[in-house]
Amino acid sequence: MMPDGLFGSDWDPQTVLNTTNAVYIVASILFILGLKRLAHPSTARTGNRMAAIAMLMAVVITLIDRQIVQVPWIITGIIIGAAIGTVLARQVQMTAMPQLVAVFNGFGGAASALVASAELVREQDAVDDVAAVTIMASTIIGAVTLTGSFIAFGKLQGFVASQPVLLPGRNYLNAVLLAVAIGLAIFLVFEPNTFAAFAVMGVIALALGILLVIPIGGADMPVVVALLNSYSGIAAAATGFVLENNMLIIAGSLVGASGLILTRIMTKAMNRSLANVMLGGFGAADGAAAGGAAGAVEQRPVRSVSAEDVALVLSYARSVIVVPGYGLAVAQAQHAVRELADELKSRNVSVKYAIHPVAGRMPGHMNVLLAEANVPYDELKDLDEINSEFDRTDVAIVIGANDVTNPAARTDPASPIFGMPILNVDNANAVVVLKRSMASGFAGVENELFFLEKTMMFFGDARGSVEDLVREVKAL
Amino acid sequence: MVETLLISLTVFVLAVFVGYEVITKVPPTLHTPLMSGTNAVSGIVIVGALIIAGQDFGIAGAILGVVAVALATVNVVGGFLVTDRMLQMFRRGPEDGK
Repeated sequence: MMPDGLFGSDWDPQTVLNTTNAVYIVASILFILGLKRLAHPSTARTGNRMAAIAMLMAVVITLIDRQIVQVPWIITGIIIGAAIGTVLARQVQMTAMPQLVAVFNGFGGAASALVASAELVREQDAVDDVAAVTIMASTIIGAVTLTGSFIAFGKLQGFVASQPVLLPGRNYLNAVLLAVAIGLAIFLVFEPNTFAAFAVMGVIALALGILLVIPIGGADMPVVVALLNSYSGIAAAATGFVLENNMLIIAGSLVGASGLILTRIMTKAMNRSLANVMLGGFGAADGAAAGGAAGAVEQRPVRSVSAEDVALVLSYARSVIVVPGYGLAVAQAQHAVRELADELKSRNVSVKYAIHPVAGRMPGHMNVLLAEANVPYDELKDLDEINSEFDRTDVAIVIGANDVTNPAARTDPASPIFGMPILNVDNANAVVVLKRSMASGFAGVENELFFLEKTMMFFGDARGSVEDLVREVKAL
Repeated sequence: MVETLLISLTVFVLAVFVGYEVITKVPPTLHTPLMSGTNAVSGIVIVGALIIAGQDFGIAGAILGVVAVALATVNVVGGFLVTDRMLQMFRRGPEDGK
């Protein structure tokens, strides 16, 4: 028998249950339709709202239907969570979006693991095999998502060294830990009441989350964040299996699919396999080797120019393509860049932006930054759209990007980035590179682009440099 | 129990296909809002947290449940708000606006 919920005793329990499930179906449909509206920037905002409404409906009907007896506790939890969420969402800078998403992923994973653990506590001996399997899966995935996300957050924020941390024999260690965790999970399916084993399994899963992410370098974080995004969805779906709730399964698998698709887009854009990214160490070993070589290479001449030179070149161009990279985000140069673009446009120069899929620290990071600076989204072009346009472009201006513009990816089979799809910046008539120094990018390789005859190097902090350019163009 | 597992698996597999079809149509320019938005959707686990927290099965269960509710709420509220904040910044160029 279903005890009285907030509906009171006048309601037929079966009616309540049917109503709840009907609302869950409506919510599931709204989630799908909401995500569908993300297919275009003009409909995306309403899509997000549809998903939010679906969530609200699901929460309200659950509160009404279920045998909620701990109402004050639950309301406290919701108020605390909503307050933290609101403050984080309002305060975060657009440049810090990858960190925020990482933290939210972690919370989602933690919630899934906690729900599964609580279900085990509740069911105890009554738990059957199938339920036990889903509980263990949900706990492990949730725990890995939690600690993995927080390490990713630490690396993005600079709390944890963003260089790959390479423990000796780490792949064996991880394999052994995973095997032990799975072994314990199987044992727990038959002996669900062994809380010590459950606790050990949980701790191992938490450790795995840390160990899996520390060997991965900072610039590979877009892949990690996308993958953890997927995990948080899969963890939610697993919780749906635990509670036999189809809405959780549907919503969770939508997120799982989304994260996996983004992960694949990212790895393809780096011409690397997911395994290669996850095994980590990229840039660390190569970087050391290239560091030695760089000493010799640094002697090669580059053409260093002043703000005045660049301003002249830009204002006499007919078409300019801006190529932003993570350096732009670090320097918070997005507003200055838009000012420069406005100034050029007022002189009838066409300005577009070429955005590589892995520019920045998460998928679409550059687009959000430029949108924040009021750059219209139809000026933001992705790799396939823009690459054929470089040879018809007068000036390409590279701001804080490096590896994604390196022609060696097309021409030098010996380069570690060979085969990676790049922006064909070197096809433009002239190239201006804004950069702090000649330091190599994440891949630890020299960028041949910098040594081309048509390339002008404009050294300095991205924001300061662009602001100087705005002043010089205005003065012309 | 195996029957319910099979039903759950059916729903899971179909939902993954729907997800694949829907998400591949999202343009790269919206990938960051897509991530934060789907992140909020993964906060659906809040429903599980509410069900767990709402039942009376000892203090351990109640604490686990309430912490889960709070964490999932951060995910849901923060995720949808920050996605909305981002999406309102995306605007079309003046020439296309007409």
